[in-house]
Amino acid sequence: MRISQTSSSANEPGRTRLLAAVLALLLIAAALFSLCVGASGTSLLTGLADLLRGVSSPAARIVRYIRLPRVLAAMLAGAALAASGVLIQGVLGNPLAGPNVIGVNAGAGFCTLLCACLLPSAAKLLPAAAFSGALLAALIILLLADRMGASRITVVLAGVAISSIFSAGSDLITTLDPDATLGMSAFMIGGFADVSAARLRTAAVYILPALAAALLLAGDLDVLALGDEVAASLGLRVRRTRVLLLAVASVLAGAAVSFAGLLGFVGLIVPHAVRRAVGGEHRQLLPLSMLGGALFTLLCDTAARTLFAPYEVPVGILLSLVGGPFFLFLLLRSRKGARI
Amino acid sequence: MIELNRMTFGYASGAPLIAGLSARFGDGRIRAVLGPNGSGKSTLLRLCARQLTPASGTLRVGGQDAAGYDAKAFARMLAYLPQSRPVPMITVRALVAHGRFPHLGMTRRLSARDEDAVAHALAVTGLCSVAGRDLRTLSGGQRQKAYLAMLIAQDAPHLLLDEPTTYLDIGHQLELCAILRALRDEGRCVVIVMHDLAQALSLADDVLLLHEGQPLYDGPTDGVVPSGAIEQAFGVRPVLRESVQFDTILR
Repeated sequence: MRISQTSSSANEPGRTRLLAAVLALLLIAAALFSLCVGASGTSLLTGLADLLRGVSSPAARIVRYIRLPRVLAAMLAGAALAASGVLIQGVLGNPLAGPNVIGVNAGAGFCTLLCACLLPSAAKLLPAAAFSGALLAALIILLLADRMGASRITVVLAGVAISSIFSAGSDLITTLDPDATLGMSAFMIGGFADVSAARLRTAAVYILPALAAALLLAGDLDVLALGDEVAASLGLRVRRTRVLLLAVASVLAGAAVSFAGLLGFVGLIVPHAVRRAVGGEHRQLLPLSMLGGALFTLLCDTAARTLFAPYEVPVGILLSLVGGPFFLFLLLRSRKGARI
Repeated sequence: MIELNRMTFGYASGAPLIAGLSARFGDGRIRAVLGPNGSGKSTLLRLCARQLTPASGTLRVGGQDAAGYDAKAFARMLAYLPQSRPVPMITVRALVAHGRFPHLGMTRRLSARDEDAVAHALAVTGLCSVAGRDLRTLSGGQRQKAYLAMLIAQDAPHLLLDEPTTYLDIGHQLELCAILRALRDEGRCVVIVMHDLAQALSLADDVLLLHEGQPLYDGPTDGVVPSGAIEQAFGVRPVLRESVQFDTILR
Protein backbone atom coordinates (compact mmCIF):
# COMPACT_ATOMS: atom_id res chain seq x y z
CA MET A 1 0.00 0.00 0.00
CA ARG A 2 1.40 3.39 -0.93
CA ILE A 3 0.24 6.63 0.50
CA SER A 4 -0.22 9.49 -1.91
CA GLN A 5 1.80 12.42 -0.65
CA THR A 6 -0.32 15.48 -0.19
CA SER A 7 1.26 18.79 -1.02
CA SER A 8 3.33 19.84 1.93
CA SER A 9 5.02 23.00 3.02
CA ALA A 10 8.10 21.47 4.56
CA ASN A 11 10.16 18.31 4.84
CA GLU A 12 9.70 17.38 1.22
CA PRO A 13 12.76 15.54 -0.11
CA GLY A 14 12.41 17.08 -3.60
CA ARG A 15 12.47 20.56 -2.17
CA THR A 16 15.55 19.77 -0.11
CA ARG A 17 17.40 18.38 -3.11
CA LEU A 18 16.53 21.42 -5.21
CA LEU A 19 17.67 23.78 -2.48
CA ALA A 20 20.89 21.80 -2.00
CA ALA A 21 21.62 21.99 -5.72
CA VAL A 22 20.94 25.74 -5.83
CA LEU A 23 23.13 26.40 -2.78
CA ALA A 24 25.95 24.25 -4.15
CA LEU A 25 25.90 26.07 -7.50
CA LEU A 26 25.83 29.44 -5.77
CA LEU A 27 28.72 28.36 -3.58
CA ILE A 28 30.83 27.32 -6.57
CA ALA A 29 30.00 30.58 -8.37
CA ALA A 30 30.81 32.63 -5.26
CA ALA A 31 34.11 30.77 -4.78
CA LEU A 32 35.16 31.39 -8.40
CA PHE A 33 34.16 35.03 -8.17
CA SER A 34 35.99 35.43 -4.89
CA LEU A 35 39.15 33.91 -6.41
CA CYS A 36 38.99 36.51 -9.19
CA VAL A 37 38.65 39.67 -7.10
CA GLY A 38 40.91 41.26 -4.57
CA ALA A 39 42.81 44.29 -3.42
CA SER A 40 45.59 43.81 -5.98
CA GLY A 41 43.02 44.36 -8.73
CA THR A 42 45.31 43.38 -11.55
CA SER A 43 44.93 39.67 -11.88
CA LEU A 44 41.23 38.95 -12.34
CA LEU A 45 40.81 35.89 -14.54
CA THR A 46 44.42 35.75 -15.72
CA GLY A 47 45.63 34.42 -12.38
CA LEU A 48 43.13 31.63 -12.43
CA ALA A 49 43.93 30.84 -16.06
CA ASP A 50 47.68 30.80 -15.36
CA LEU A 51 47.14 28.61 -12.35
CA LEU A 52 45.11 26.10 -14.31
CA ARG A 53 47.76 26.05 -17.09
CA GLY A 54 50.52 25.61 -14.53
CA VAL A 55 52.21 28.93 -15.28
CA SER A 56 53.80 30.54 -12.22
CA SER A 57 52.98 34.19 -12.77
CA PRO A 58 52.56 36.71 -9.90
CA ALA A 59 48.85 36.65 -10.59
CA ALA A 60 48.81 32.88 -10.27
CA ARG A 61 50.71 33.10 -6.97
CA ILE A 62 48.24 35.61 -5.57
CA VAL A 63 45.38 33.31 -6.41
CA ARG A 64 47.14 30.21 -5.13
CA TYR A 65 48.67 31.49 -1.90
CA ILE A 66 46.47 34.37 -0.85
CA ARG A 67 42.98 34.06 -2.23
CA LEU A 68 42.56 30.28 -2.32
CA PRO A 69 43.36 29.72 1.39
CA ARG A 70 41.12 32.61 2.23
CA VAL A 71 38.18 31.29 0.20
CA LEU A 72 38.62 27.83 1.69
CA ALA A 73 38.91 29.29 5.18
CA ALA A 74 35.66 31.20 4.86
CA MET A 75 33.82 28.17 3.51
CA LEU A 76 35.25 25.81 6.10
CA ALA A 77 34.55 28.10 9.04
CA GLY A 78 31.04 28.90 7.80
CA ALA A 79 30.13 25.25 7.30
CA ALA A 80 31.63 24.22 10.65
CA LEU A 81 29.95 26.98 12.66
CA ALA A 82 26.56 26.46 11.02
CA ALA A 83 26.77 22.68 11.57
CA SER A 84 27.84 23.23 15.16
CA GLY A 85 24.87 25.55 15.68
CA VAL A 86 22.44 22.98 14.26
CA LEU A 87 23.83 20.23 16.51
CA ILE A 88 23.79 22.30 19.69
CA GLN A 89 20.33 23.74 19.04
CA GLY A 90 19.04 20.26 18.25
CA VAL A 91 20.60 18.54 21.23
CA LEU A 92 19.46 21.17 23.71
CA GLY A 93 16.09 21.72 22.03
CA ASN A 94 16.76 25.43 22.23
CA PRO A 95 16.78 27.65 19.15
CA LEU A 96 18.84 30.28 20.97
CA ALA A 97 21.70 27.95 21.77
CA GLY A 98 25.09 28.20 20.09
CA PRO A 99 28.72 27.28 20.67
CA ASN A 100 28.90 29.84 23.47
CA VAL A 101 26.44 27.71 25.46
CA ILE A 102 28.97 24.90 25.77
CA GLY A 103 31.74 27.32 26.69
CA VAL A 104 33.58 27.28 23.39
CA ASN A 105 33.94 31.04 23.10
CA ALA A 106 34.86 31.67 26.72
CA GLY A 107 37.37 28.80 26.75
CA ALA A 108 38.99 29.87 23.49
CA GLY A 109 39.17 33.49 24.62
CA PHE A 110 40.75 32.59 27.93
CA CYS A 111 43.43 30.30 26.53
CA THR A 112 44.31 32.76 23.76
CA LEU A 113 44.79 35.50 26.34
CA LEU A 114 46.76 33.17 28.59
CA CYS A 115 49.03 32.26 25.70
CA ALA A 116 49.49 35.92 24.72
CA CYS A 117 50.34 36.77 28.33
CA LEU A 118 52.76 33.93 29.10
CA LEU A 119 54.39 33.63 25.66
CA PRO A 120 54.03 37.07 24.07
CA SER A 121 56.43 36.24 21.24
CA ALA A 122 54.76 33.00 20.20
CA ALA A 123 51.92 34.38 18.09
CA LYS A 124 52.02 31.17 16.08
CA LEU A 125 50.69 29.26 19.05
CA LEU A 126 47.54 31.36 19.38
CA PRO A 127 45.31 29.20 17.11
CA ALA A 128 46.36 26.05 18.96
CA ALA A 129 45.66 27.81 22.25
CA ALA A 130 42.22 28.87 21.06
CA PHE A 131 41.39 25.34 19.93
CA SER A 132 42.55 23.67 23.11
CA GLY A 133 40.75 26.26 25.22
CA ALA A 134 37.51 25.67 23.35
CA LEU A 135 37.81 21.91 23.72
CA LEU A 136 38.84 22.15 27.38
CA ALA A 137 35.80 24.22 28.29
CA ALA A 138 33.47 21.97 26.32
CA LEU A 139 35.02 18.87 27.87
CA ILE A 140 34.54 20.13 31.42
CA ILE A 141 30.91 20.99 30.66
CA LEU A 142 30.24 17.61 29.05
CA LEU A 143 31.79 15.70 31.95
CA LEU A 144 29.80 17.73 34.47
CA ALA A 145 26.59 17.35 32.51
CA ASP A 146 27.17 13.62 32.03
CA ARG A 147 27.63 13.15 35.79
CA MET A 148 24.37 15.00 36.38
CA GLY A 149 22.44 12.90 33.86
CA ALA A 150 22.98 15.07 30.75
CA SER A 151 19.52 16.60 30.77
CA ARG A 152 19.07 19.64 28.55
CA ILE A 153 18.92 22.08 31.40
CA THR A 154 22.00 20.78 33.24
CA VAL A 155 24.06 21.19 30.08
CA VAL A 156 22.95 24.82 29.77
CA LEU A 157 23.47 25.60 33.45
CA ALA A 158 26.89 23.93 33.56
CA GLY A 159 27.75 25.95 30.43
CA VAL A 160 26.77 29.22 32.07
CA ALA A 161 28.85 28.45 35.16
CA ILE A 162 31.97 27.29 33.32
CA SER A 163 31.76 30.17 30.82
CA SER A 164 31.63 32.70 33.61
CA ILE A 165 34.64 31.10 35.31
CA PHE A 166 36.65 31.29 32.08
CA SER A 167 35.49 34.86 31.46
CA ALA A 168 36.60 35.83 34.94
CA GLY A 169 39.99 34.28 34.15
CA SER A 170 40.18 36.36 30.98
CA ASP A 171 39.29 39.52 32.91
CA LEU A 172 41.94 38.71 35.49
CA ILE A 173 44.63 38.39 32.80
CA THR A 174 43.46 41.63 31.15
CA THR A 175 43.70 43.41 34.49
CA LEU A 176 47.12 42.05 35.43
CA ASP A 177 48.67 42.29 31.99
CA PRO A 178 46.88 44.78 29.74
CA ASP A 179 49.50 44.28 27.00
CA ALA A 180 48.31 40.74 26.41
CA THR A 181 45.12 42.08 24.88
CA LEU A 182 46.93 44.11 22.18
CA GLY A 183 46.39 41.64 19.37
CA MET A 184 43.13 40.38 20.74
CA SER A 185 40.53 42.58 19.10
CA ALA A 186 40.92 40.81 15.74
CA PHE A 187 40.31 37.49 17.46
CA MET A 188 37.30 38.78 19.34
CA ILE A 189 35.68 40.23 16.21
CA GLY A 190 36.65 37.32 14.03
CA GLY A 191 38.02 37.31 10.50
CA PHE A 192 40.26 35.62 7.97
CA ALA A 193 42.83 38.38 7.35
CA ASP A 194 45.84 36.40 8.56
CA VAL A 195 44.81 32.88 7.72
CA SER A 196 47.53 30.71 6.20
CA ALA A 197 47.43 27.45 4.29
CA ALA A 198 49.24 25.65 7.11
CA ARG A 199 46.90 26.89 9.80
CA LEU A 200 43.94 25.97 7.64
CA ARG A 201 45.26 22.49 7.04
CA THR A 202 45.47 21.81 10.77
CA ALA A 203 41.91 22.97 11.31
CA ALA A 204 40.62 21.01 8.32
CA VAL A 205 42.02 17.80 9.79
CA TYR A 206 39.51 18.25 12.62
CA ILE A 207 36.64 19.91 10.78
CA LEU A 208 36.20 17.55 7.83
CA PRO A 209 35.88 14.32 9.86
CA ALA A 210 33.65 16.15 12.35
CA LEU A 211 31.35 17.30 9.53
CA ALA A 212 31.14 13.70 8.30
CA ALA A 213 30.38 12.47 11.82
CA ALA A 214 27.67 15.11 12.17
CA LEU A 215 26.01 13.95 8.96
CA LEU A 216 26.09 10.34 10.18
CA LEU A 217 24.54 11.32 13.51
CA ALA A 218 21.80 13.52 12.01
CA GLY A 219 19.26 10.66 12.09
CA ASP A 220 19.87 10.11 15.80
CA LEU A 221 19.46 13.84 16.38
CA ASP A 222 16.02 13.63 14.76
CA VAL A 223 15.03 10.91 17.20
CA LEU A 224 16.44 12.91 20.12
CA ALA A 225 14.20 15.83 19.09
CA LEU A 226 11.16 13.71 19.98
CA GLY A 227 12.02 14.15 23.66
CA ASP A 228 14.13 12.04 25.99
CA GLU A 229 11.44 9.56 26.95
CA VAL A 230 10.20 8.92 23.42
CA ALA A 231 13.76 8.70 22.08
CA ALA A 232 14.71 6.18 24.77
CA SER A 233 11.58 4.12 24.13
CA LEU A 234 12.57 3.93 20.46
CA GLY A 235 15.87 2.39 21.49
CA LEU A 236 18.15 5.44 21.32
CA ARG A 237 20.78 5.68 24.05
CA VAL A 238 19.88 9.24 24.92
CA ARG A 239 22.71 10.21 27.25
CA ARG A 240 25.49 8.78 25.11
CA THR A 241 24.04 10.29 21.93
CA ARG A 242 23.71 13.72 23.51
CA VAL A 243 27.29 13.77 24.79
CA LEU A 244 28.61 12.49 21.46
CA LEU A 245 26.73 15.14 19.48
CA LEU A 246 27.92 17.92 21.77
CA ALA A 247 31.49 16.65 21.47
CA VAL A 248 31.28 16.80 17.66
CA ALA A 249 29.76 20.29 17.90
CA SER A 250 32.55 21.52 20.15
CA VAL A 251 35.27 20.16 17.85
CA LEU A 252 33.61 21.95 14.91
CA ALA A 253 33.24 25.26 16.73
CA GLY A 254 36.61 25.03 18.44
CA ALA A 255 38.49 24.33 15.21
CA ALA A 256 36.64 27.16 13.46
CA VAL A 257 37.39 29.58 16.29
CA SER A 258 41.08 28.63 16.14
CA PHE A 259 41.59 30.28 12.74
CA ALA A 260 38.54 32.52 12.35
CA GLY A 261 38.08 34.03 15.81
CA LEU A 262 34.71 34.45 17.43
CA LEU A 263 32.27 34.37 14.50
CA GLY A 264 29.53 32.62 16.46
CA PHE A 265 26.64 34.51 14.87
CA VAL A 266 26.77 32.32 11.75
CA GLY A 267 25.81 29.34 13.89
CA LEU A 268 22.67 31.08 15.04
CA ILE A 269 21.21 32.65 11.91
CA VAL A 270 22.04 30.12 9.19
CA PRO A 271 20.24 27.18 10.86
CA HIS A 272 17.25 29.46 11.50
CA ALA A 273 17.00 30.57 7.90
CA VAL A 274 17.36 27.01 6.60
CA ARG A 275 14.84 25.68 9.12
CA ARG A 276 12.30 28.12 7.75
CA ALA A 277 12.80 26.75 4.26
CA VAL A 278 12.86 22.99 4.89
CA GLY A 279 11.50 22.39 8.39
CA GLY A 280 13.15 20.91 11.45
CA GLU A 281 14.35 17.52 10.28
CA HIS A 282 18.07 17.36 10.85
CA ARG A 283 18.85 14.96 8.03
CA GLN A 284 17.84 17.82 5.71
CA LEU A 285 18.64 20.76 7.93
CA LEU A 286 22.24 19.80 8.61
CA PRO A 287 23.66 19.42 5.09
CA LEU A 288 21.77 22.50 3.88
CA SER A 289 23.04 24.53 6.83
CA MET A 290 26.61 23.50 6.04
CA LEU A 291 26.18 24.75 2.46
CA GLY A 292 24.33 27.85 3.63
CA GLY A 293 26.93 28.68 6.27
CA ALA A 294 29.77 28.27 3.79
CA LEU A 295 28.02 30.47 1.22
CA PHE A 296 27.02 33.21 3.67
CA THR A 297 30.46 33.44 5.25
CA LEU A 298 32.22 33.41 1.88
CA LEU A 299 29.99 36.18 0.49
CA CYS A 300 30.51 38.33 3.58
CA ASP A 301 34.26 37.79 3.54
CA THR A 302 34.49 38.59 -0.17
CA ALA A 303 32.56 41.78 0.46
CA ALA A 304 34.68 42.54 3.52
CA ARG A 305 37.93 42.49 1.58
CA THR A 306 36.72 44.14 -1.65
CA LEU A 307 34.19 46.83 -0.68
CA PHE A 308 36.78 49.26 0.68
CA ALA A 309 39.89 47.75 -0.94
CA PRO A 310 42.76 48.05 -0.22
CA TYR A 311 41.33 48.49 3.27
CA GLU A 312 39.59 45.55 4.82
CA VAL A 313 36.66 45.32 7.21
CA PRO A 314 36.93 42.35 9.61
CA VAL A 315 34.31 39.89 8.42
CA GLY A 316 32.89 39.46 11.92
CA ILE A 317 31.61 43.03 11.74
CA LEU A 318 30.05 42.53 8.32
CA LEU A 319 28.46 39.22 9.30
CA SER A 320 26.69 40.88 12.18
CA LEU A 321 25.79 44.04 10.22
CA VAL A 322 24.27 42.00 7.38
CA GLY A 323 23.12 39.01 9.39
CA GLY A 324 21.49 40.93 12.22
CA PRO A 325 18.94 42.82 10.08
CA PHE A 326 18.34 39.69 8.00
CA PHE A 327 17.63 37.75 11.16
CA LEU A 328 15.21 40.42 12.37
CA PHE A 329 13.51 40.36 8.97
CA LEU A 330 12.96 36.61 9.32
CA LEU A 331 11.52 37.08 12.80
CA LEU A 332 9.15 39.83 11.66
CA ARG A 333 7.95 37.74 8.75
CA SER A 334 7.20 34.78 10.97
CA ARG A 335 5.30 37.05 13.37
CA LYS A 336 3.00 38.08 10.55
CA GLY A 337 2.32 34.40 9.93
CA ALA A 338 4.00 34.24 6.54
CA ARG A 339 5.50 30.96 7.60
CA ILE A 340 5.60 29.08 10.84
CA MET B 1 3.35 -10.95 28.37
CA ILE B 2 4.84 -8.50 30.85
CA GLU B 3 5.65 -9.86 34.30
CA LEU B 4 6.74 -7.80 37.28
CA ASN B 5 8.11 -9.62 40.26
CA ARG B 6 8.41 -7.81 43.61
CA MET B 7 9.30 -4.46 42.03
CA THR B 8 10.32 -1.67 44.34
CA PHE B 9 11.09 1.87 43.27
CA GLY B 10 11.46 5.18 45.04
CA TYR B 11 13.46 8.37 44.91
CA ALA B 12 16.21 8.80 47.47
CA SER B 13 14.33 11.45 49.39
CA GLY B 14 11.14 9.63 50.29
CA ALA B 15 9.07 6.56 50.83
CA PRO B 16 9.02 4.09 47.92
CA LEU B 17 6.45 4.92 45.22
CA ILE B 18 6.10 1.26 44.32
CA ALA B 19 6.81 -1.30 47.04
CA GLY B 20 7.20 -4.98 46.25
CA LEU B 21 4.65 -4.98 43.44
CA SER B 22 4.05 -8.12 41.42
CA ALA B 23 1.75 -8.15 38.41
CA ARG B 24 1.29 -9.89 35.08
CA PHE B 25 -0.12 -8.32 31.90
CA GLY B 26 -1.27 -10.91 29.37
CA ASP B 27 -1.13 -10.95 25.58
CA GLY B 28 -4.29 -10.13 23.65
CA ARG B 29 -5.66 -8.15 26.60
CA ILE B 30 -6.15 -4.47 27.35
CA ARG B 31 -5.11 -3.69 30.89
CA ALA B 32 -6.18 -0.41 32.49
CA VAL B 33 -3.96 0.84 35.28
CA LEU B 34 -6.13 2.96 37.55
CA GLY B 35 -5.64 4.83 40.77
CA PRO B 36 -5.80 8.26 42.37
CA ASN B 37 -3.17 10.89 41.66
CA GLY B 38 0.19 9.91 43.07
CA SER B 39 -0.70 6.24 43.39
CA GLY B 40 2.25 5.22 41.22
CA LYS B 41 0.50 4.54 37.89
CA SER B 42 2.94 6.38 35.66
CA THR B 43 5.88 5.16 37.72
CA LEU B 44 4.74 1.59 37.16
CA LEU B 45 4.50 2.20 33.42
CA ARG B 46 7.97 3.78 33.32
CA LEU B 47 9.41 0.81 35.19
CA CYS B 48 7.86 -1.56 32.65
CA ALA B 49 9.32 0.57 29.83
CA ARG B 50 12.80 0.51 31.45
CA GLN B 51 12.70 4.30 31.67
CA LEU B 52 13.33 3.92 35.40
CA THR B 53 15.58 1.41 37.10
CA PRO B 54 13.96 -0.42 40.02
CA ALA B 55 15.67 -0.57 43.41
CA SER B 56 14.84 -4.27 43.49
CA GLY B 57 12.69 -6.79 41.67
CA THR B 58 12.68 -8.20 38.17
CA LEU B 59 10.89 -7.43 34.94
CA ARG B 60 10.24 -10.03 32.26
CA VAL B 61 9.00 -9.08 28.81
CA GLY B 62 7.95 -11.70 26.28
CA GLY B 63 9.14 -14.44 28.62
CA GLN B 64 12.69 -13.10 28.93
CA ASP B 65 14.47 -11.01 31.52
CA ALA B 66 14.11 -7.40 30.30
CA ALA B 67 17.68 -6.58 31.35
CA GLY B 68 18.91 -9.01 28.70
CA TYR B 69 17.69 -6.89 25.77
CA ASP B 70 19.87 -4.15 24.31
CA ALA B 71 18.17 -0.78 23.77
CA LYS B 72 16.96 -1.42 20.22
CA ALA B 73 15.95 -5.04 20.78
CA PHE B 74 13.87 -3.91 23.75
CA ALA B 75 12.24 -1.21 21.59
CA ARG B 76 11.25 -3.89 19.10
CA MET B 77 9.57 -5.80 21.95
CA LEU B 78 7.89 -2.94 23.76
CA ALA B 79 6.60 0.48 22.71
CA TYR B 80 5.89 3.21 25.24
CA LEU B 81 4.09 6.53 24.82
CA PRO B 82 4.73 9.00 27.66
CA GLN B 83 2.04 11.45 28.62
CA SER B 84 3.88 14.60 27.64
CA ARG B 85 6.61 15.28 25.10
CA PRO B 86 7.85 18.18 22.99
CA VAL B 87 6.23 18.72 19.60
CA PRO B 88 9.00 18.78 17.01
CA MET B 89 8.82 20.73 13.76
CA ILE B 90 8.41 17.70 11.48
CA THR B 91 5.70 16.18 9.31
CA VAL B 92 3.28 13.51 10.47
CA ARG B 93 4.89 11.08 8.08
CA ALA B 94 8.37 11.78 9.47
CA LEU B 95 7.11 11.22 13.01
CA VAL B 96 5.52 7.91 12.11
CA ALA B 97 8.69 6.86 10.28
CA HIS B 98 10.65 7.40 13.52
CA GLY B 99 8.68 4.44 14.88
CA ARG B 100 10.87 2.30 12.63
CA PHE B 101 14.08 3.50 14.31
CA PRO B 102 14.68 0.26 16.29
CA HIS B 103 14.34 -1.72 13.06
CA LEU B 104 16.88 0.31 11.05
CA GLY B 105 20.50 -0.58 10.39
CA MET B 106 23.56 1.64 10.58
CA THR B 107 22.61 3.63 7.47
CA ARG B 108 19.28 4.60 9.07
CA ARG B 109 17.52 4.17 5.73
CA LEU B 110 13.96 2.88 5.47
CA SER B 111 13.64 -0.40 3.59
CA ALA B 112 10.54 -1.32 1.57
CA ARG B 113 9.31 -3.21 4.64
CA ASP B 114 9.73 -0.14 6.80
CA GLU B 115 7.88 1.99 4.24
CA ASP B 116 5.03 -0.51 4.27
CA ALA B 117 4.85 -0.43 8.05
CA VAL B 118 4.67 3.39 7.98
CA ALA B 119 1.97 3.33 5.29
CA HIS B 120 0.00 0.73 7.28
CA ALA B 121 0.23 2.80 10.47
CA LEU B 122 -0.97 5.93 8.65
CA ALA B 123 -3.86 4.02 7.07
CA VAL B 124 -4.99 2.36 10.32
CA THR B 125 -5.11 5.70 12.12
CA GLY B 126 -6.75 7.50 9.20
CA LEU B 127 -3.92 10.00 8.87
CA CYS B 128 -3.06 9.51 5.19
CA SER B 129 -4.61 12.81 4.17
CA VAL B 130 -2.48 14.80 6.66
CA ALA B 131 0.74 12.78 6.29
CA GLY B 132 2.56 15.75 4.76
CA ARG B 133 1.37 18.29 7.34
CA ASP B 134 3.59 19.82 10.00
CA LEU B 135 2.82 18.11 13.32
CA ARG B 136 2.43 21.46 15.05
CA THR B 137 -0.47 22.49 12.80
CA LEU B 138 -2.62 19.50 13.85
CA SER B 139 -5.28 19.46 16.55
CA GLY B 140 -4.51 17.71 19.83
CA GLY B 141 -6.59 14.70 18.82
CA GLN B 142 -4.89 14.27 15.48
CA ARG B 143 -1.50 14.76 17.07
CA GLN B 144 -2.25 12.00 19.55
CA LYS B 145 -3.28 9.72 16.69
CA ALA B 146 0.01 10.56 14.95
CA TYR B 147 1.93 9.39 18.03
CA LEU B 148 -0.20 6.25 18.16
CA ALA B 149 0.64 5.70 14.48
CA MET B 150 4.33 5.98 15.41
CA LEU B 151 3.79 3.25 18.01
CA ILE B 152 1.97 1.09 15.47
CA ALA B 153 4.86 1.51 13.03
CA GLN B 154 7.21 0.41 15.81
CA ASP B 155 5.32 -2.90 15.62
CA ALA B 156 6.10 -4.15 19.12
CA PRO B 157 4.02 -6.92 20.73
CA HIS B 158 3.74 -4.90 23.96
CA LEU B 159 2.29 -1.37 24.08
CA LEU B 160 2.32 0.95 27.10
CA LEU B 161 0.39 4.22 26.96
CA ASP B 162 0.24 6.89 29.64
CA GLU B 163 -3.16 8.63 29.60
CA PRO B 164 -3.53 8.64 25.81
CA THR B 165 -7.10 9.95 25.83
CA THR B 166 -6.83 12.72 28.40
CA TYR B 167 -7.77 16.18 27.05
CA LEU B 168 -9.21 14.76 23.82
CA ASP B 169 -12.79 15.36 22.69
CA ILE B 170 -15.15 12.41 22.82
CA GLY B 171 -14.93 11.66 19.10
CA HIS B 172 -11.16 11.32 19.18
CA GLN B 173 -11.31 9.36 22.43
CA LEU B 174 -13.56 6.76 20.87
CA GLU B 175 -11.49 6.60 17.72
CA LEU B 176 -8.39 6.00 19.81
CA CYS B 177 -10.16 3.30 21.81
CA ALA B 178 -11.21 1.56 18.61
CA ILE B 179 -7.62 1.54 17.38
CA LEU B 180 -6.41 0.17 20.71
CA ARG B 181 -9.01 -2.62 20.57
CA ALA B 182 -7.83 -3.52 17.07
CA LEU B 183 -4.25 -3.72 18.37
CA ARG B 184 -5.40 -6.02 21.17
CA ASP B 185 -7.25 -8.21 18.67
CA GLU B 186 -3.95 -8.69 16.84
CA GLY B 187 -2.77 -10.42 20.02
CA ARG B 188 -0.76 -7.55 21.49
CA CYS B 189 -0.43 -6.83 25.18
CA VAL B 190 -1.82 -3.30 25.74
CA VAL B 191 -1.34 -1.52 29.07
CA ILE B 192 -2.94 1.90 29.53
CA VAL B 193 -2.79 4.32 32.43
CA MET B 194 -6.21 5.94 32.51
CA HIS B 195 -7.88 8.75 34.37
CA ASP B 196 -11.45 8.36 33.21
CA LEU B 197 -12.99 5.51 35.22
CA ALA B 198 -16.05 5.07 33.01
CA GLN B 199 -13.95 4.85 29.90
CA ALA B 200 -11.50 2.46 31.51
CA LEU B 201 -14.29 0.14 32.57
CA SER B 202 -15.72 0.04 29.06
CA LEU B 203 -12.38 -0.36 27.25
CA ALA B 204 -10.27 -2.64 29.40
CA ASP B 205 -10.38 -6.42 29.74
CA ASP B 206 -8.47 -6.32 33.00
CA VAL B 207 -7.86 -3.71 35.64
CA LEU B 208 -4.97 -3.04 37.97
CA LEU B 209 -6.05 -0.58 40.64
CA LEU B 210 -3.20 1.02 42.53
CA HIS B 211 -3.33 2.81 45.84
CA GLU B 212 -0.13 4.23 47.35
CA GLY B 213 2.02 1.94 45.26
CA GLN B 214 0.11 -1.20 46.22
CA PRO B 215 -2.43 -3.15 44.14
CA LEU B 216 -5.93 -2.91 45.57
CA TYR B 217 -7.46 -4.91 42.77
CA ASP B 218 -5.85 -7.01 40.05
CA GLY B 219 -8.17 -8.96 37.81
CA PRO B 220 -10.91 -8.89 35.18
CA THR B 221 -12.76 -5.58 34.69
CA ASP B 222 -16.12 -7.08 35.66
CA GLY B 223 -14.99 -7.73 39.18
CA VAL B 224 -13.55 -4.34 40.10
CA VAL B 225 -16.83 -2.62 41.02
CA PRO B 226 -18.20 -5.46 43.20
CA SER B 227 -14.83 -5.74 44.96
CA GLY B 228 -15.30 -2.32 46.54
CA ALA B 229 -11.72 -1.37 45.64
CA ILE B 230 -12.85 1.77 43.78
CA GLU B 231 -14.56 3.13 46.90
CA GLN B 232 -11.48 2.40 48.91
CA ALA B 233 -9.09 4.07 46.45
CA PHE B 234 -11.07 7.08 45.27
CA GLY B 235 -13.65 7.55 48.04
CA VAL B 236 -16.52 7.47 45.54
CA ARG B 237 -19.18 4.84 45.00
CA PRO B 238 -19.77 3.77 41.41
CA VAL B 239 -23.44 3.31 40.53
CA LEU B 240 -24.17 0.89 37.73
CA ARG B 241 -27.13 1.79 35.53
CA GLU B 242 -28.21 0.60 32.18
CA SER B 243 -25.20 2.05 30.49
CA VAL B 244 -25.17 4.70 27.81
CA GLN B 245 -22.89 3.48 25.06
CA PHE B 246 -21.05 5.69 22.65
CA ASP B 247 -19.84 4.24 19.44
CA THR B 248 -17.58 5.54 16.72
CA ILE B 249 -19.38 6.65 13.63
CA LEU B 250 -17.56 5.46 10.57
CA ARG B 251 -16.81 8.48 8.46
